[in-house]
Amino acid sequence: MIRILACVLALTGTTVSAQTLKVAVTTSFHNSGLSDILLPAIAEDTGIEVQLLVVGTGQALRLGEAGDVDAILVHSRASEEAFIANGYGTHRREIMYNDFVFVGPNADPAAVADATSAADALTRIAQTEAIFVSRGDDSGTHKKELSLWDAADVARGGDWYRPVGAGMGAALNTAAGMDAYIIADRASWLNFGNKADLDLLFAGDPVLFNQYAYIPVDPALHPHVKNDVALALEDWLTGEHAAMLINGYTINGETLFTFNAQTGS
Amino acid sequence: MVTPILPLVMSGAVVKRRSKTLLGPVDLTISQSGFTIIMGPNGAGKTTLLRSLHGLERFAQGQQRWQVPLQEARRRQGFVFQSPIMLRRSVLENLIYPLRLRGTKRGRATALARDWAQRVGLDDALDHPAPQLSGGEKQKLALARALIPQPDIVFLDEPCANLDGRATREIETILQKANAAGTRIVMATHNIGQAKRLATDVVFLLNGQIAEQSPAHAFFNTPQTPQAAALLRGDIVE
Amino acid sequence: MGDIWEGISAGFWLVVTLDPDLVEITLMSLRVTVTATIVASCLALPFGAWLAIRRFRYRRFVIAVLNALMGLPPVVVGLIVYLMLSRSGPFGVLGLLFTPTAMIIAQVIIVTPLIASIAHQAIRDIWAEYHDLLISMSTSKWQRILTLIWDGRRALLTAALAGFGRAIGEVGAIMIVGGNIDHATRVLTTAIALETGKGDFSLALGLGFVLIGLAVTVNILIHAIGRTERDGKW
Repeated sequence: MIRILACVLALTGTTVSAQTLKVAVTTSFHNSGLSDILLPAIAEDTGIEVQLLVVGTGQALRLGEAGDVDAILVHSRASEEAFIANGYGTHRREIMYNDFVFVGPNADPAAVADATSAADALTRIAQTEAIFVSRGDDSGTHKKELSLWDAADVARGGDWYRPVGAGMGAALNTAAGMDAYIIADRASWLNFGNKADLDLLFAGDPVLFNQYAYIPVDPALHPHVKNDVALALEDWLTGEHAAMLINGYTINGETLFTFNAQTGS
Repeated sequence: MVTPILPLVMSGAVVKRRSKTLLGPVDLTISQSGFTIIMGPNGAGKTTLLRSLHGLERFAQGQQRWQVPLQEARRRQGFVFQSPIMLRRSVLENLIYPLRLRGTKRGRATALARDWAQRVGLDDALDHPAPQLSGGEKQKLALARALIPQPDIVFLDEPCANLDGRATREIETILQKANAAGTRIVMATHNIGQAKRLATDVVFLLNGQIAEQSPAHAFFNTPQTPQAAALLRGDIVE
Repeated sequence: MGDIWEGISAGFWLVVTLDPDLVEITLMSLRVTVTATIVASCLALPFGAWLAIRRFRYRRFVIAVLNALMGLPPVVVGLIVYLMLSRSGPFGVLGLLFTPTAMIIAQVIIVTPLIASIAHQAIRDIWAEYHDLLISMSTSKWQRILTLIWDGRRALLTAALAGFGRAIGEVGAIMIVGGNIDHATRVLTTAIALETGKGDFSLALGLGFVLIGLAVTVNILIHAIGRTERDGKW
């Protein structure tokens, strides 16, 4: 068995450069397209080759707990703080934020476009029992959606409430197919190619802001993680070049992210 | 001087299949030289006896003993089945196969195989896939494949059962040459003419038991059992 | 309909212009699946042959388990391999998770039962034919296995190709253990899942064309091998 294993290793062995870093990020971050801008700049400035594992927040946290990645970049504050409290990460560093938006059929049967707040928008959807697609995958976006429902204090779970258990893109595809309402992060929505009859109907409520934070996995727990490289990446992510690229990233002329890292920590 | 593997002594051998006795009890000695023909009506146990002598059957009772250890004896004998089993390879590869099993170098094995192919008249078909040969060609190939490692003894189970006269004659010639060169032969046949042409002694089987065992001239001239006499007259023997 | 045609034509152009991403992803897919198929064949072909000629007490049980394993859900294999290779798992120290090697391991586990099962059936047929001859020639166990493998090579190649076909189109397991990392572990199927998720159907379709092309090629090969078998040539 060992011989076979060695054989496999010999067959597939690649020259992995010392400066690779595995980072688990959320689908919403990756779908924004920002990573395509940042990764080459990181490689050029620091020599670090960042390998992104694009997963839901729940899975990203699990990968960090198991030590399968060197750092995580997610957007679910309560989970992040629990992650640190349980000793899996060294610290949490806020990098940037974007926002969630309400997307729905352009006919807008629930008149979400006229809502005054996120809670009001959800109340309108629940009252008209318009079809609503929920991620239902324990991701950051899903957790955000659940917290919004709780804050709006309306009952969900009728026939019209459809948890699909899928990533942002797949959920948007589902919503497009069913002419349903859905809460998406702005970046995923703008980059989404299959909009069909969907439109952005409501945005701007401060509760919809979506804070991204970077957490290096604790080397005390997992000695093999590349903590020094993870810290080098953190320095870059909170630096000026990153600020410029993040604030300057637009899709169809719209700014997606706002850099808000505290520099000089 | 290599130790001879014969005589082969079979004593009290019984072969059963699903509690039905196919053969035995049989006491039989295969002497060092000669051309033994096994005769008998259908179902008398000719095939089972040959397979038993060759070691393909498990005995319910009894035993048999070669003059050398079993492993060595197994290597120094050959068998030709009634319907020849062709390896899915070329004629040449079929002939090389038994030599390679014994560790013969490939070059020498190929030379021997070409020689034997010529002897059995298959030298034009060396690269032909063996499973596509005609019935007579297959049987000649099977015979050559059994003889090529120069076994001390070869068992043949009605090798000419479905062949025309010419192929039968060719096979008989090959067998007589091999026999003359010192290969002990034990062969089952239905064909009385063939038996008369080849046999030095005859084993006559009836219902799984040896009814008669005599030198050839004695068997053909003065058969001891009415069934053997009937068979030789051409009557139906039950 | 508009979407479909747009996607198809865009995908078609990616293929004919040899888009670098498409080429890189396709090569990674081939590297992973070809390696996995070779490794799985090295394990499965002798095992299938051994199973066909060896009589032992639990043989029927083993064959039943093998046939059941053919239907193993790839996602479950992926999860188990993930748990094994995770830094917190028993083989974590090897650091194999999210590498092509991890994907190869998962695919080997998925296709080995399939190849072994097809090989077993093929070898069993040849063994029934050769049995008396090989016993008569007093072949050793290994000589028998090698003879059956050699003379059953067409059927065994077909088994390996069937394994390749299953592995190349598999997504569930390699998504979990490979992580679909760009330029590192991204293969055809995981890329299609990703691009579909982004609603970018043109690249997804282009990748899909390549995948379909590979599947068709494999099946043509299987068909051609079947023909040479019937013709008795080769």
